Amino acid sequence: MTSYDEERIAELLRLLPPAPEGWVRAAQELAPARAGLDDIVRRAEEDAAYRDRVVADLEGALAAEGLEPAPAVVEALRVRLDPR
Amino acid sequence: MSTTVSDAELVARCRRGDQTAWNELVERFSRYVYAICSQAFRLQSHDAEDVFQEVFARVYQHLERLRSDEAIRPWIAQLTRRLCIDRLRADSREGPAGEELPEEGDEDEELAHLDEALAVRAALDEVGEPCREILDRFFCCDQSYRTIGDALDLPAGTIASRISRCLGKLREVLDGKKTGAESV
Repeated sequence: MTSYDEERIAELLRLLPPAPEGWVRAAQELAPARAGLDDIVRRAEEDAAYRDRVVADLEGALAAEGLEPAPAVVEALRVRLDPR
Repeated sequence: MSTTVSDAELVARCRRGDQTAWNELVERFSRYVYAICSQAFRLQSHDAEDVFQEVFARVYQHLERLRSDEAIRPWIAQLTRRLCIDRLRADSREGPAGEELPEEGDEDEELAHLDEALAVRAALDEVGEPCREILDRFFCCDQSYRTIGDALDLPAGTIASRISRCLGKLREVLDGKKTGAESV
């Protein structure tokens, strides 16, 4: 393991500036949206027409479930409907 | 010294649906993911933001499939790296001809530095307040002594000596970890 002098510690601290606050907040919003996302995905698996409507308008589908279509939530829904 | 929740404990709490734990997990790894996107792979801001959100969306989705809770950091690193490469490939297909992708492995050294920086960051969390905030404001946010003093209600003239003392405490924590690791 590396030996740390204070100059090295300072250099390493500088390598990790904070991510933009808005990005962090958006990613944190996923947790409260989890139950709603689960519902949408379950219904989409059972109903192909519903799935097509959701895929065509992810934001609208989230809003219809009472979920804030924050970027992280929209992205999570996209990933779950189209796993790579 | 402050007590910090381990990565494994944090993951376990996230699995149980603990929203506070998820917020903390995002907070804990946000700088790391951001640095991989913006420093190691030098993505443009809009691409970095997309990758950042996709990383956490996938972590959230696949948390239950993680084999070992302690493996969260390397998993996040690998996932971020893969998504950055995908993004660069997509951009190079859409961009002007002749744009070169970085060779695989070019960013390895940068990633190793970021791993080390994350370990220092974890040690800083152990040191606790007010050192965590003072060092973060000075080194990570580039704030002046005056700004730090105003924010923390401390005389600006004492900030330099506080930074020095806090660096000393952080070094003690890091040296302790080193000694512990060597004695195992």
